[in-house]
Amino acid sequence: MLFFSYFKDLVGQEVTVELKNDLAIRGTLHSVDQYLNIKLENTRVVDQDKYPHMLSVRNCFIRGSVVRYVQLPPDGVDLSVRNCFIRGSVVRYVQLPPDGVDVDLLHDAARREARGG
Amino acid sequence: MPTKCSMKLLLNYHCNLFRTFNCSMATTTGLESLVDQIISVITNDGRNIVGVLKGFDQATNIILDESHERVFSTKEGVQQHVLGLYIIRGDNIGVIGELDEELDASLDFSKLRAHPLKPVVH
Repeated sequence: MLFFSYFKDLVGQEVTVELKNDLAIRGTLHSVDQYLNIKLENTRVVDQDKYPHMLSVRNCFIRGSVVRYVQLPPDGVDLSVRNCFIRGSVVRYVQLPPDGVDVDLLHDAARREARGG
Repeated sequence: MPTKCSMKLLLNYHCNLFRTFNCSMATTTGLESLVDQIISVITNDGRNIVGVLKGFDQATNIILDESHERVFSTKEGVQQHVLGLYIIRGDNIGVIGELDEELDASLDFSKLRAHPLKPVVH
Protein backbone atom coordinates (compact mmCIF):
# COMPACT_ATOMS: atom_id res chain seq x y z
CA MET A 1 0.00 0.00 0.00
CA LEU A 2 2.80 2.36 0.92
CA PHE A 3 4.53 2.30 -2.45
CA PHE A 4 1.23 2.32 -4.30
CA SER A 5 0.36 5.57 -2.48
CA TYR A 6 3.83 6.93 -3.13
CA PHE A 7 3.59 6.29 -6.86
CA LYS A 8 0.09 7.77 -6.97
CA ASP A 9 1.59 11.00 -5.67
CA LEU A 10 4.25 10.84 -8.36
CA VAL A 11 1.75 10.77 -11.24
CA GLY A 12 2.71 13.39 -13.80
CA GLN A 13 6.42 13.20 -13.07
CA GLU A 14 9.05 12.03 -15.52
CA VAL A 15 10.54 8.71 -14.44
CA THR A 16 12.86 6.10 -15.90
CA VAL A 17 11.82 2.49 -15.36
CA GLU A 18 14.57 -0.10 -15.59
CA LEU A 19 13.28 -3.59 -16.25
CA LYS A 20 14.68 -6.94 -15.26
CA ASN A 21 15.77 -7.55 -18.85
CA ASP A 22 17.99 -4.44 -18.64
CA LEU A 23 15.67 -2.39 -20.86
CA ALA A 24 15.22 1.16 -19.53
CA ILE A 25 12.15 3.20 -20.50
CA ARG A 26 11.74 6.91 -19.79
CA GLY A 27 8.33 8.51 -19.70
CA THR A 28 5.71 10.46 -17.78
CA LEU A 29 4.03 8.46 -15.05
CA HIS A 30 0.39 8.20 -16.09
CA SER A 31 -0.95 5.75 -13.53
CA VAL A 32 -0.11 2.92 -11.18
CA ASP A 33 -2.18 0.10 -9.70
CA GLN A 34 -2.21 -2.21 -6.68
CA TYR A 35 0.30 -4.57 -8.36
CA LEU A 36 2.57 -1.58 -9.02
CA ASN A 37 1.97 -2.06 -12.74
CA ILE A 38 3.01 1.24 -14.32
CA LYS A 39 1.56 3.11 -17.27
CA LEU A 40 3.91 5.58 -18.91
CA GLU A 41 3.14 8.19 -21.56
CA ASN A 42 5.41 9.82 -24.06
CA THR A 43 7.84 6.95 -23.74
CA ARG A 44 11.23 6.55 -25.28
CA VAL A 45 13.76 3.84 -24.64
CA VAL A 46 16.93 5.09 -22.97
CA ASP A 47 19.40 3.46 -25.36
CA GLN A 48 17.38 3.59 -28.58
CA ASP A 49 20.16 2.33 -30.82
CA LYS A 50 20.64 -0.78 -28.74
CA TYR A 51 16.91 -1.34 -28.27
CA PRO A 52 14.98 -0.32 -31.40
CA HIS A 53 12.24 -2.78 -30.42
CA MET A 54 9.98 -0.04 -29.09
CA LEU A 55 10.61 2.73 -31.60
CA SER A 56 6.96 3.04 -32.59
CA VAL A 57 5.62 2.89 -29.04
CA ARG A 58 4.71 6.15 -27.33
CA ASN A 59 2.58 4.89 -24.42
CA CYS A 60 3.10 1.67 -22.59
CA PHE A 61 1.93 -0.54 -19.76
CA ILE A 62 4.70 -2.11 -17.70
CA ARG A 63 3.86 -5.14 -15.58
CA GLY A 64 4.96 -4.57 -11.99
CA SER A 65 6.71 -7.93 -11.80
CA VAL A 66 9.34 -6.96 -14.38
CA VAL A 67 10.38 -3.67 -12.82
CA ARG A 68 13.88 -3.62 -11.35
CA TYR A 69 14.18 0.12 -10.60
CA VAL A 70 12.07 3.23 -10.90
CA GLN A 71 14.43 6.19 -11.22
CA LEU A 72 12.78 9.25 -9.78
CA PRO A 73 13.36 12.91 -10.57
CA PRO A 74 16.16 14.18 -8.30
CA ASP A 75 13.99 16.82 -6.64
CA GLY A 76 11.00 14.55 -6.34
CA VAL A 77 12.15 12.90 -3.14
CA ASP A 78 12.51 14.37 0.36
CA LEU A 79 16.05 13.32 1.21
CA SER A 80 16.14 14.73 4.75
CA VAL A 81 15.53 11.75 7.00
CA ARG A 82 13.61 12.61 10.12
CA ASN A 83 11.97 9.30 10.89
CA CYS A 84 13.02 5.92 9.64
CA PHE A 85 12.13 2.28 9.71
CA ILE A 86 14.87 -0.26 10.44
CA ARG A 87 14.27 -3.93 9.78
CA GLY A 88 14.84 -5.93 12.96
CA SER A 89 16.95 -8.58 11.28
CA VAL A 90 19.76 -6.10 10.48
CA VAL A 91 20.18 -4.72 14.01
CA ARG A 92 23.48 -5.56 15.69
CA TYR A 93 23.22 -3.41 18.84
CA VAL A 94 20.75 -0.99 20.33
CA GLN A 95 22.71 1.39 22.53
CA LEU A 96 20.70 2.56 25.52
CA PRO A 97 21.33 5.52 27.84
CA PRO A 98 23.34 4.27 30.87
CA ASP A 99 20.85 5.49 33.43
CA GLY A 100 17.91 4.33 31.38
CA VAL A 101 18.34 0.69 32.37
CA ASP A 102 17.93 -1.05 35.71
CA VAL A 103 20.62 -3.67 35.18
CA ASP A 104 19.67 -5.86 38.15
CA LEU A 105 16.05 -5.98 37.07
CA LEU A 106 17.15 -6.88 33.58
CA HIS A 107 19.42 -9.64 34.87
CA ASP A 108 16.60 -11.20 36.88
CA ALA A 109 14.18 -10.96 34.03
CA ALA A 110 16.66 -12.54 31.64
CA ARG A 111 17.36 -15.43 34.00
CA ARG A 112 13.67 -16.02 34.46
CA GLU A 113 13.10 -15.97 30.73
CA ALA A 114 16.00 -18.36 30.13
CA ARG A 115 14.56 -20.74 32.68
CA GLY A 116 11.38 -20.81 30.70
CA GLY A 117 9.23 -18.55 32.86
CA MET B 1 -20.03 -13.21 -12.68
CA PRO B 2 -16.49 -14.68 -12.82
CA THR B 3 -14.32 -14.37 -9.71
CA LYS B 4 -11.13 -12.38 -9.71
CA CYS B 5 -7.88 -13.96 -10.94
CA SER B 6 -9.62 -16.66 -12.90
CA MET B 7 -8.26 -17.71 -16.25
CA LYS B 8 -11.70 -17.98 -17.77
CA LEU B 9 -11.06 -15.88 -20.84
CA LEU B 10 -13.79 -15.92 -23.40
CA LEU B 11 -12.51 -16.81 -26.82
CA ASN B 12 -14.95 -14.89 -28.93
CA TYR B 13 -14.21 -11.41 -30.19
CA HIS B 14 -16.40 -9.66 -27.63
CA CYS B 15 -14.25 -10.25 -24.58
CA ASN B 16 -15.41 -9.32 -21.14
CA LEU B 17 -13.22 -7.37 -18.82
CA PHE B 18 -12.68 -8.87 -15.38
CA ARG B 19 -12.31 -6.60 -12.39
CA THR B 20 -11.38 -7.43 -8.81
CA PHE B 21 -14.16 -6.69 -6.43
CA ASN B 22 -11.96 -5.10 -3.77
CA CYS B 23 -11.15 -2.22 -6.11
CA SER B 24 -11.30 0.66 -3.68
CA MET B 25 -8.15 2.04 -5.31
CA ALA B 26 -8.53 5.32 -7.12
CA THR B 27 -6.00 4.51 -9.81
CA THR B 28 -6.53 1.37 -11.85
CA THR B 29 -4.27 0.95 -14.82
CA GLY B 30 -6.66 -1.13 -16.85
CA LEU B 31 -5.75 -2.17 -20.33
CA GLU B 32 -9.26 -1.15 -21.38
CA SER B 33 -8.00 1.84 -23.30
CA LEU B 34 -5.88 -0.48 -25.45
CA VAL B 35 -8.63 -2.92 -26.45
CA ASP B 36 -9.00 -3.14 -30.25
CA GLN B 37 -5.72 -1.24 -30.63
CA ILE B 38 -2.54 -2.60 -32.12
CA ILE B 39 -0.10 -3.31 -29.33
CA SER B 40 3.49 -4.41 -29.07
CA VAL B 41 4.12 -6.96 -26.32
CA ILE B 42 7.52 -7.70 -24.83
CA THR B 43 7.52 -11.13 -23.22
CA ASN B 44 9.73 -12.38 -20.41
CA ASP B 45 11.73 -14.56 -22.80
CA GLY B 46 12.66 -11.49 -24.83
CA ARG B 47 10.21 -11.81 -27.70
CA ASN B 48 8.39 -8.94 -29.33
CA ILE B 49 4.85 -9.80 -30.47
CA VAL B 50 2.60 -7.32 -32.25
CA GLY B 51 -1.16 -7.73 -32.55
CA VAL B 52 -4.62 -6.38 -31.78
CA LEU B 53 -5.61 -6.58 -28.12
CA LYS B 54 -8.96 -8.28 -27.85
CA GLY B 55 -9.22 -8.99 -24.14
CA PHE B 56 -7.37 -9.13 -20.87
CA ASP B 57 -7.89 -9.96 -17.23
CA GLN B 58 -6.54 -8.95 -13.82
CA ALA B 59 -3.62 -11.34 -14.15
CA THR B 60 -2.66 -9.52 -17.38
CA ASN B 61 -3.41 -12.61 -19.47
CA ILE B 62 -4.22 -11.22 -22.91
CA ILE B 63 -5.90 -12.21 -26.13
CA LEU B 64 -4.05 -11.01 -29.20
CA ASP B 65 -5.54 -11.16 -32.68
CA GLU B 66 -3.73 -10.94 -36.04
CA SER B 67 -0.48 -11.31 -34.18
CA HIS B 68 3.02 -11.66 -35.52
CA GLU B 69 6.39 -11.92 -33.88
CA ARG B 70 9.16 -9.50 -34.80
CA VAL B 71 12.54 -11.18 -34.65
CA PHE B 72 15.48 -8.81 -34.39
CA SER B 73 18.97 -9.91 -35.28
CA THR B 74 22.34 -8.31 -35.77
CA LYS B 75 22.95 -10.05 -39.08
CA GLU B 76 19.75 -9.44 -41.06
CA GLY B 77 16.71 -7.15 -40.96
CA VAL B 78 13.66 -7.71 -38.79
CA GLN B 79 11.77 -10.91 -39.60
CA GLN B 80 8.03 -11.19 -39.08
CA HIS B 81 6.52 -14.57 -38.19
CA VAL B 82 2.74 -14.65 -38.51
CA LEU B 83 1.04 -16.21 -35.48
CA GLY B 84 -2.71 -15.49 -35.69
CA LEU B 85 -5.00 -15.54 -32.65
CA TYR B 86 -3.01 -15.98 -29.47
CA ILE B 87 -3.49 -16.02 -25.72
CA ILE B 88 -0.43 -14.86 -23.83
CA ARG B 89 -0.29 -15.75 -20.15
CA GLY B 90 0.19 -12.75 -17.87
CA ASP B 91 3.12 -14.36 -16.03
CA ASN B 92 5.09 -14.11 -19.23
CA ILE B 93 4.33 -10.48 -20.07
CA GLY B 94 6.74 -7.62 -19.42
CA VAL B 95 5.61 -4.60 -21.40
CA ILE B 96 2.50 -3.79 -23.42
CA GLY B 97 3.08 -0.83 -25.69
CA GLU B 98 0.55 1.10 -27.72
CA LEU B 99 1.85 0.95 -31.27
CA ASP B 100 1.72 4.21 -33.17
CA GLU B 101 0.85 2.99 -36.68
CA GLU B 102 2.20 6.07 -38.44
CA LEU B 103 5.54 5.78 -36.69
CA ASP B 104 5.60 2.07 -37.35
CA ALA B 105 4.94 2.55 -41.06
CA SER B 106 7.83 4.98 -41.28
CA LEU B 107 10.31 2.40 -40.00
CA ASP B 108 12.37 0.43 -42.50
CA PHE B 109 12.54 -2.97 -40.85
CA SER B 110 14.91 -4.42 -43.40
CA LYS B 111 17.56 -1.96 -42.24
CA LEU B 112 17.10 -2.44 -38.50
CA ARG B 113 19.81 -4.43 -36.78
CA ALA B 114 19.69 -5.19 -33.10
CA HIS B 115 20.51 -7.82 -30.56
CA PRO B 116 17.45 -9.75 -29.42
CA LEU B 117 16.07 -8.57 -26.08
CA LYS B 118 17.41 -10.29 -23.01
CA PRO B 119 15.12 -12.57 -21.03
CA VAL B 120 13.75 -11.27 -17.73
CA VAL B 121 15.72 -12.43 -14.73
CA HIS B 122 13.93 -12.09 -11.39
